[in-house]
Amino acid sequence: MKYHNKTIFEIIFFARGGQGAKTAAEIIAQAALVEGKFVQSFPSFGPERSGAPTKTYVRISNSEIRTHEPVTDPDVVVVLDETLLDGTVVTEGLDKNEALIINSKKTVEEIKNIIKFEGKIYPVDANRISMEIVGQPRPNTVILGKFIKVTEITKLESVVEEFRHIFEAKIGKEATDKNISAIEKAYDSV
Amino acid sequence: MTKNSKKLALTGGYAAAEALKQINPDVMAVYPITPQTPIIEVFSKFKSDGEVDTEVIHVESEHSAISACVGSSAAGARTVTATSSQGLALMNEILYIASGLRRPILMLVSARALAAPLNIHGDHSDVMGARDSGWVQIFCSTPQEVYDKTIVGMKLAEKVKLPVMVIMDGFNTSHSVENMEILEKEAVQKFVGEYSPEKYLLDIDNPVTFGPVALQNSYFEFRKDLSDAFDTVEGELEKIYEEYGHISGRSYKKIEKYKLEDAEKILVAMGSVGGTIKDAIDKLREDGEKVGLLEISLFRPFPYEEVKKALKDTKEVIVLDRNLAFGTKQVLASEISHSIGKKVKSVVYGLGGRDTFQKQIMDLVKGDNQSGYLL
Repeated sequence: MKYHNKTIFEIIFFARGGQGAKTAAEIIAQAALVEGKFVQSFPSFGPERSGAPTKTYVRISNSEIRTHEPVTDPDVVVVLDETLLDGTVVTEGLDKNEALIINSKKTVEEIKNIIKFEGKIYPVDANRISMEIVGQPRPNTVILGKFIKVTEITKLESVVEEFRHIFEAKIGKEATDKNISAIEKAYDSV
Repeated sequence: MTKNSKKLALTGGYAAAEALKQINPDVMAVYPITPQTPIIEVFSKFKSDGEVDTEVIHVESEHSAISACVGSSAAGARTVTATSSQGLALMNEILYIASGLRRPILMLVSARALAAPLNIHGDHSDVMGARDSGWVQIFCSTPQEVYDKTIVGMKLAEKVKLPVMVIMDGFNTSHSVENMEILEKEAVQKFVGEYSPEKYLLDIDNPVTFGPVALQNSYFEFRKDLSDAFDTVEGELEKIYEEYGHISGRSYKKIEKYKLEDAEKILVAMGSVGGTIKDAIDKLREDGEKVGLLEISLFRPFPYEEVKKALKDTKEVIVLDRNLAFGTKQVLASEISHSIGKKVKSVVYGLGGRDTFQKQIMDLVKGDNQSGYLL
């Protein structure tokens, strides 16, 4: 696990209602579970409506997770919608050894001009990858590829397998394979 | 992990639905509109997928949901329901009828706040409003406990012929995904057994009446009988927990003790905050604070004797209530104070879904917060 200096690895997803942050968080949690880890995932329980800013928390640990407080000291932050940078301080609790992964076509320098953050920034154009391969905007699961590459918190295969487990019955094998290709593309993206 | 159990990560709501699926009750009457929970959403899916043969009755209000439960239970059916917040408040009238008729109904509650102002987030105000209604109340602090205590609650209800509420924290547990293990359906079915009520309306060879008028000459005796029935709950629950431990490998008690042996200060709480407190206690102990946690799992009937034994030698007792009683002392603080015969420090936390942090617990134990509130 990179950037990991605590017993529990903690993640915050910033997104807008309807963008699938909860699904992404649960895929990570289930993948970690399959690898024998302890997990916890829950949304910040604000008013739920489409388009409203949301926060989703994930904890992963080798031992039992007991606390039920929200994550305030994340090891990594994932932002699914770059327009959130306008009104939200997404890097709160992130120090310079920790990482921000963001769905954006901007460069690291361009993002640094918007937010003050000395840590590592990993932009990934998850919308474009998703449109090109899947034909639909599904940045929430695509960005998981980048997330795994950066954090190494679970194996890519575990995430892919979990995605298949959740989605194959719902969207069919062909669409599932395309989504998985997109996740792998994001994993390999520089 | 015992043989044939399965490791999963589920929300408390899903865990409850999973347990109900394995119990496969005869009837579930519910009102499927906010402030309902994922429990009935998931259970309805199980029903549509043909995984249960429960009769799911969608009614037009929570008052009707619990009324339908009373009717189906009186008819002889194993009956369950689920509700939350205003829904439980609306059931209030019929809660007393369910217990007065000694109906072994199982209810899953995601404990939430009551309006006004409008709020349906985690809070114990709804279940506290039902605390003297003749229902057994069992609190859970994790999805695993929700699953286990749903199964235990069903068996307990039918054993003591009293309705049982299994209570999880709204959102903090009902919507939080955590590791857990589930048993095989056959093991659960065998544990709860077939429901065979002694007396029921559809037993036409042995006609009985439920809920007739009872006037000055008999009402008092009926109410005393109900009260006496509560005296049997603690013993039966202990037995059922022990039996459940054999099939699950997980043991539960009416109260759960954490690091009490040498504790000079003991926190008392119910629900999901317990896990947060345990982590805070470990940190406080690193700083030399001898502190422990007593979690109340069985709230009705209240286990006064056990609580007294657990707390009697402690210098300072700090009680956390997730409800605010108006014009009186806080509910749990009063019960604890009554158990040990002395004053306790009473603190209100988490109203309307307010987050509670380890840091707040640590400040409280160190004496840095004397306000009575974890605001």
